[in-house]
Amino acid sequence: MSTVAETQIKLTPEHDARPSTSVRSRLQDLLPKIVLAPSFAATIVFVYGFILWTIYLSFTNSKTFPSYDITGARAYQRLWRWTFESDPPSSWYTSITNMGIFGFLYIVICLALGLFLAILLDQKIRGEGMLRPIYLYPMALSFIVTGVAWKWFLDPGLGLEQTLHQWGWTSFHFDWIKNKDFVIYTVVIAGVWQASGFVMAMFLAGLRGIDGEIMKAAQIDGATTFQLYRRIVIPLLRPVFLSAFIVLAHLAIKSYDLVVALTSGGPGGSAWLPSNFMYEFTFKRNEMAVGSASAVIMLMTITAIIVPYLYSELREKSR
Amino acid sequence: MLRKLLIGTALATSFAFSAHAADVKEVQMLHWWTSGGEAAALNVLKQDLAKEGYAWKDVPVAGGGGDAAMTALKAMVAAGNYPTASQMLGYTVLDYAAAGVMGDLTETAKKEGWDKSVPAALQKFSVYDGKWVAAPVNVHSVNWLWINKAVMDKIGGTEPKTFDDFIALLDKAKAAGVTPLALGGQNWQEATMFDSVVLSTGGPEFYKKAMNDLDEDSLKSDTMKKSFDNLAKLVTYVDANFSGRDWNLATAMVIKGDALVQVMGDWAKGEFHAAKKTPGTDFLCYRFPGTDGSVIYNSDMFGMFNVPEDRKAAQVALATATLSKSFQSAFNVVKGSVPARTDVPDTDFDACGKKGIADLKKANEGGTLFGSLAQGYGAPPAVANAYKDVVSKFVHGQIKTSDEAVTELVKAIDDAK
Repeated sequence: MSTVAETQIKLTPEHDARPSTSVRSRLQDLLPKIVLAPSFAATIVFVYGFILWTIYLSFTNSKTFPSYDITGARAYQRLWRWTFESDPPSSWYTSITNMGIFGFLYIVICLALGLFLAILLDQKIRGEGMLRPIYLYPMALSFIVTGVAWKWFLDPGLGLEQTLHQWGWTSFHFDWIKNKDFVIYTVVIAGVWQASGFVMAMFLAGLRGIDGEIMKAAQIDGATTFQLYRRIVIPLLRPVFLSAFIVLAHLAIKSYDLVVALTSGGPGGSAWLPSNFMYEFTFKRNEMAVGSASAVIMLMTITAIIVPYLYSELREKSR
Repeated sequence: MLRKLLIGTALATSFAFSAHAADVKEVQMLHWWTSGGEAAALNVLKQDLAKEGYAWKDVPVAGGGGDAAMTALKAMVAAGNYPTASQMLGYTVLDYAAAGVMGDLTETAKKEGWDKSVPAALQKFSVYDGKWVAAPVNVHSVNWLWINKAVMDKIGGTEPKTFDDFIALLDKAKAAGVTPLALGGQNWQEATMFDSVVLSTGGPEFYKKAMNDLDEDSLKSDTMKKSFDNLAKLVTYVDANFSGRDWNLATAMVIKGDALVQVMGDWAKGEFHAAKKTPGTDFLCYRFPGTDGSVIYNSDMFGMFNVPEDRKAAQVALATATLSKSFQSAFNVVKGSVPARTDVPDTDFDACGKKGIADLKKANEGGTLFGSLAQGYGAPPAVANAYKDVVSKFVHGQIKTSDEAVTELVKAIDDAK
């Protein structure tokens, strides 16, 4: 980016100083700004404007409709109190613990599985061109479709359990989707199924970008295959890890539709994620202030995780 | 430059909003009645209005039991683009009325005599500050049992009159190898059943105090604990796979004879009708044991918005048609509910409908017509949902004892108030 800008600046004085060209070149300079202006304005208003608005609302006593009288941090106090109500679990406690479980397992399993599949596919096997889209295809589905398909598959009365019972394995038992303690893991299963192929594609691209000379050199030095991957390939894939992490982290945090389609909230609301909590309180319970406060907390949490990570990764790269 | 941009954006948006102007002879109607039977029922109203020369502009927003429609309505009202009317439930009408966006139908109401014909309990939601703001379309009641008659005959059961009778009947079904109770394990279904359990356990007085007045002493009383214990007893009769099931699938279990009984509002009757079943010969409708004489209701209403003067005539025509006896009868026969006015003849209704109409009249006169807390007619949505949370957590085991349940209930309701 920076090199392009520098060349442009250098080029401009060398042009003829005729007025027509100057208008034209000024127009050329302006054109990108004019083209970008609408989306810039839209982003300012609809992203940052509404973030500020949400923060503002979280300090009011808004119920069904927004109200503009600041009444203090009652919404945050309630959320703070709910954070520690673990027995019986408050909806907020369930949501944030689920976010922890889901976010961690989803990201780690997707990364591990994606890398593993990519390494296997990278062994110059036959039919790779056919296998790759098969793994990648789930990403083309919406979360709703994934959720409904897995809901049927995991339902003990319809899917896997029922089928295996009909085939004669009657002791088989798998009812996680109906179990308040395990339902969140079914969300992980469906989420991983959908995203791991995409992560695989990212890693595969990364693997193809690694210089073959380095690998050959390592092999000549007598490195085993395991050492080769452990010491050379995986460290070289670090930028891919960063991209995959960011894609997965935001997918995990905005997962709302998957929970709704797969579990409709789970038994007794046991599959809720913070996004479900936010929607439920803002639009169904008419507690807009609490909903806004939960949204603000979600934003803060993401910022607290992503910003330091981005900072450290990008600083190292520029060094 | 930023300022110019902002002005441009503002102009563009205001143009987009003002570009839409409703036709004077047109009724704009936001609703979520999109399924076959419901859409057919609404079609009756459309034809009634067409006879008077009003065009019908449908704004259907399907899904989520009206949640999606309510979100859409919020956006329309915030943009100042009021529909002529919108399907609304209970406290939503009052919320919008308090925000000052509802119209005033008092003149029409006087002329048509709604004050006398519409039950007083319903007027609590359709009249705000002395002004009629909504036209009730129907009255659903939730304290019903829906029983498969073939299964009932097979196990030799009779109509249960008390809660203990009911448990004995469920035991019989269990012994015969049929799933005794068809329940969908979603929070609103569990709470809807619990409404009836509370009425049955504590009686009408107690139900009103606990579930409508939210009296704290009643909520943490021993009667409430007993209600939770009774709920726990009922839950032992459901099949292992009940969690998360939709209500109509639970009804289908009863229709097919896989289960004996479902506790559900009278919208379940629509499913029986759709499966070509007749009351009395294929299925039975009884009041939930121990609740005969009382009715726990919820009601669909058409909220009327404060539209510009030139659109008011269409609105009045819509409201009049909605509460006309002919429409009330025709619509409710199809929908499974009963008319929202007590002076509609019951000739076209089936046996269950006739009983529903008679019960409603009796309950209205006897003061035993109560709003369903689970269906949003007992308390505002924040409280109603807190209640559903507690009941559902109790059913699914996050809350383990009835002692804990009443403590949580009081705390949750307090929090939500």
